[in-house]
Amino acid sequence: MELYLDMHSPPCRLVFLFAKAVGIPFEFKHVELSAGQHYSEEFGKISMIRKVPVMKDGSFILTESIAILKYMVQKYSSSVADHWYPADLQQRARVNEYLSWQHMNIRAHASKVFLLRAVFPVIMGSEVPKEKMDAAVEDLNQSLNLLEEKFLQNKQFIVGDKISLADIVALIEIMQPLGTGLNVFEGRPKLSAWRERVKKEVGEKLFDEAHEVIMKVGSLPEKMQNNSQLEMLKPKFQKIFR
Amino acid sequence: MALELYLDLYSQPCRSVYIFAKKNNIPFDFRRLSLLDVIGGVCLCSIAILLYLAEKFQTPDFWYPADLQQRARVNEYLSWQHMAIRMHGSKMFWLRLLIPKVLGVEVPQDKLDAALEDLNGSLKLIEEKFLQDRPFIAGDHISLADLVAIVEVMQPVGSGLDVFEGRPKLSAWRDRVQEAIGKELFDDAHRTIMGSQEAVKLMDGSKMQVFKPKILRLFL
Repeated sequence: MELYLDMHSPPCRLVFLFAKAVGIPFEFKHVELSAGQHYSEEFGKISMIRKVPVMKDGSFILTESIAILKYMVQKYSSSVADHWYPADLQQRARVNEYLSWQHMNIRAHASKVFLLRAVFPVIMGSEVPKEKMDAAVEDLNQSLNLLEEKFLQNKQFIVGDKISLADIVALIEIMQPLGTGLNVFEGRPKLSAWRERVKKEVGEKLFDEAHEVIMKVGSLPEKMQNNSQLEMLKPKFQKIFR
Repeated sequence: MALELYLDLYSQPCRSVYIFAKKNNIPFDFRRLSLLDVIGGVCLCSIAILLYLAEKFQTPDFWYPADLQQRARVNEYLSWQHMAIRMHGSKMFWLRLLIPKVLGVEVPQDKLDAALEDLNGSLKLIEEKFLQDRPFIAGDHISLADLVAIVEVMQPVGSGLDVFEGRPKLSAWRDRVQEAIGKELFDDAHRTIMGSQEAVKLMDGSKMQVFKPKILRLFL
């Protein structure tokens, strides 16, 4: 199995972390997004959508991290513990509910805050307008409130007593703005406690390994600035920032 | 204990759940949601609902195939569509109808052009990546992927934009999906959205005003 990844990307960290945590062997194929490698002809043959992660299992190519996770769970069902994606109808529905909701909420908002803080200045050549930044942070806060109040409540994990795919999907997305210096856990003891539980279940060393790159993201703007592909990448980012 | 489904047929995710339940003869009590409930942020996790119904009522395998690779293809589409066709089709509906006609706010042409460009991009990917030369997204049979896709593609159509024009492949797929679902059920589910252009003339814009800042920030 090959996994095409850039560890700056939360969905990439997700499939990396899960595969490692449950012992699924794979070959790491690095795709450097800041160098525009996803726009290369070679990568285009792997996936015409030109996003990461991509899984290649033999000749079967699959995009979308949520689909890849479910594929891994199903293929390795005999060795992947049930709690990751419970067979129980209602528990599985709770996992699916989170996985479905998060695209346009936590994922979208955490991603936007990250891009505004780490990438906007390089692409647009100016600082982020205050109201734009404030609005993005406000959206993220509202999503985090919903995560705490609707999905987590007073449980140990999103589904109940045990960790599931929902928890790692959630936490990995929330880590994204952290590397830019925005501490989203500040003032959120419930969320912080949950974070520690998730890290412990997955393995702290593995979790930190997966997040090494994003925690050093301060160097990303300089990296992009010096990159020959910057002019090519600019219009693509400008669309997100408009 | 009866199954209650809270639905508003203006909403794409609600239509997919409605069609799926009816097609599979799953008995349910229809509870009407209003468009305002939808804007207000009622959780629309239709994917989770569809998967739950398929499992609970043991619907025919083709809807969500047990086969590893076929199921992966369905999951891939269900995941991709959130931030693609769903977002772009929705936006088109808002920009063409709800914002100008109900909220009474003029939509700049450049916003419309950009939204159309995005929508065209998503439609292109549906044809070239998700369908290719297959009759349906997962292969020879209709699945949840096609159901979720068709209701989203129909959204901009309801606003008067014929996305099928000049797209013979998409049109042929639509015909196959309609046939697999049953034309009567398909039309029944889409009656509300297809009557939108007339319905907006009678909608009370004052109720939507409270959501104006949120709506404008989201779409303009």
